[in-house]
Amino acid sequence: MAGRLMALWDWFDSRMPSVAEEWRKHAAEYYAPKNFNFWYYFGSLAMFVLVIQIVTGIFLTMHYKPDASLAFGSVEYIMRDVWGGWIIRYIHSTGASAFFIVIYLHMFRGLLYGSYKRPRELVWIFGVLIYLTLMGEAFFGYLLPWGQMSYWGAQVIVNLFGTIPLIGPDLALWIRGDYVVGDATLNRFFALHVIAFPLVLLGLVAAHILALHDVGSNNPDGVEIKKHKDPKTGHPLDGIPFHPYYTVKDIVGAIVFLAIFCAILFFTPEMGGYFLEYNNFIPADPLKTPAHIAPVWYFTPYYTILRAVPPLFNSQFPGVLAMGIAVMVLFFLPWLDRSPVKSIRYRGTLYKSALGVFVVAFLVLGYLGTEPTTVWGQFEFDAFFLDTKEVATWVGRLGTVIYFLFFFLMPWYTARDKTKPEPDRVTM
Amino acid sequence: MRTILAALAFLPALALAAESGYRLDRSPHNPNDLVSLQAGARTFVNYCLNCHGAQFMRYNGLQEIGLTEAQIRDNLMFAADKVGETMRVSLPSRDAKEWFGVVPPDLSVIARSRSADWLYTYLRTFYRDSNTTHGWNNAVFPNAAMPHALWTLQGERAFEIIPHTDNTGHVSVENKWTQIAPGAQSTVQYDATVRDLVNFLVYVGEPAAQSRKHIGAVVLFVLSILFVLAYALKKAYWKDVH
Repeated sequence: MAGRLMALWDWFDSRMPSVAEEWRKHAAEYYAPKNFNFWYYFGSLAMFVLVIQIVTGIFLTMHYKPDASLAFGSVEYIMRDVWGGWIIRYIHSTGASAFFIVIYLHMFRGLLYGSYKRPRELVWIFGVLIYLTLMGEAFFGYLLPWGQMSYWGAQVIVNLFGTIPLIGPDLALWIRGDYVVGDATLNRFFALHVIAFPLVLLGLVAAHILALHDVGSNNPDGVEIKKHKDPKTGHPLDGIPFHPYYTVKDIVGAIVFLAIFCAILFFTPEMGGYFLEYNNFIPADPLKTPAHIAPVWYFTPYYTILRAVPPLFNSQFPGVLAMGIAVMVLFFLPWLDRSPVKSIRYRGTLYKSALGVFVVAFLVLGYLGTEPTTVWGQFEFDAFFLDTKEVATWVGRLGTVIYFLFFFLMPWYTARDKTKPEPDRVTM
Repeated sequence: MRTILAALAFLPALALAAESGYRLDRSPHNPNDLVSLQAGARTFVNYCLNCHGAQFMRYNGLQEIGLTEAQIRDNLMFAADKVGETMRVSLPSRDAKEWFGVVPPDLSVIARSRSADWLYTYLRTFYRDSNTTHGWNNAVFPNAAMPHALWTLQGERAFEIIPHTDNTGHVSVENKWTQIAPGAQSTVQYDATVRDLVNFLVYVGEPAAQSRKHIGAVVLFVLSILFVLAYALKKAYWKDVH
């Protein structure tokens, strides 16, 4: 039996040797630093979640109906009458949030260890493109259950494009395909969600990994393992083959991830209204605006930035612009950071405190985006000089300023930071 | 088109007006109590299903709460012919719109959007109010379009909000309920009826909820075994990495 299989493999390999070659290049002989820590699970986990989403998505499309009068009911049909449907649907809805958790942690790893710095700028740029595509993918997908939050969330976000001077209203109309979010919108969002964006996502992931494997992985010490190679084999001294070492390690990570994922999926799939919003169990009603429209948690930091910027000449465009810049600034990170070292381990107090303050600000922005602006009440005294007394709005503004200062002041504080000398080789 | 958009601009204010600050009671329902679920089903088809549907729930799905097909057909199916049908309402939505001002919402997932606590409190806080068209009002959902459908059970009650100021100047409110006319059930009985009904609505909101948890426990157990194996495998491979 084994001999037959080997013969079959030889037959295949002699006709298409590139399969074995790619396997060697990207797994068996891809040398990764041996000192990966906890933060290095999230790359492979992101791919794992992507596969989960694609597979469950395929099964959902078998029963889902992208039609304004049928969509809500077809989701409930999946939840009740399709065998195993509720598991598939909950995997997909939990997977959407899990994807962003994993991606945010993966991006934070980049910030911790300077993984975006030379020579990995392209890896980072492809990564930010993946993040942007994922935001689009999530946004389109969120309309499909056709609940109140789906509907009004889409309404609000499409209207953001409507605030762009000159072209805005026509652009919003073009995106919706109608004067209001309606059947036409649902149909095109479905097409974009199940075909267009997944294809782009897969292409970008391939580019992200190819670019990574060309330059090699960074590590928690931020030192290049390619500087010290075994003179005989030519392999990095501090590197180990991705397969089997990191495949067996990532399997452990995947199982721990799955345990947390399944605990949510089976015991609290709504995650207290953060993964599945309660209002989304009310069918979309174009004539009834919910009192409080909040996007799903993964968009909320940017939503707070949007709300924090006061309107100018009666237009929300400044807020929209700020929100856009908040995401786009990520592309420039490799050139904003002037530090001679990569890893947080060898950075000085300036960067460490900047990153700490940034993380706190990002979390506060995220929290405020889920709540109405009245959540923290009003100032007792006449508040400062502008248009509002709401405490939350002011904290949102403070958070927004911190968010931008982290990036805009980066060239200044990273150049002045007192760094420690990097080691020559990685430390375990 | 323009009128619709103009109307849209004013609607948020209306939606806001519909919420009250009445404190919700904790719903004491128990999803494992089949007797309670069956009692809730009975109350649902007798008192709710005339106006509200549960259009995503099939009658034969109720076998999961311990009923036989014959029991379902004989006791619960007033508005359907076949046991595979969904719990649709026979009231045409055009009539409903005319009589109540709004079409009564479908209740399939009402427990998921409103929460059990809200339903449990809402269904117990109707009171007589001569200012509304149907003579009823609600403490949780002021000016609800729905009259008190269970009034024959609960009876008629009056509701007053009495503000108190203590000697430090702190203002508190007291919710004062008075029974005007008795219903067929005592307060304890009525609370139990509502508890069962809410239990049923929670079940209808997600029929798979109980099996979900059972499957989840098995899945987590299997994953924990897999973890031990995978961790041992990793340890074995990584022995020589220093």
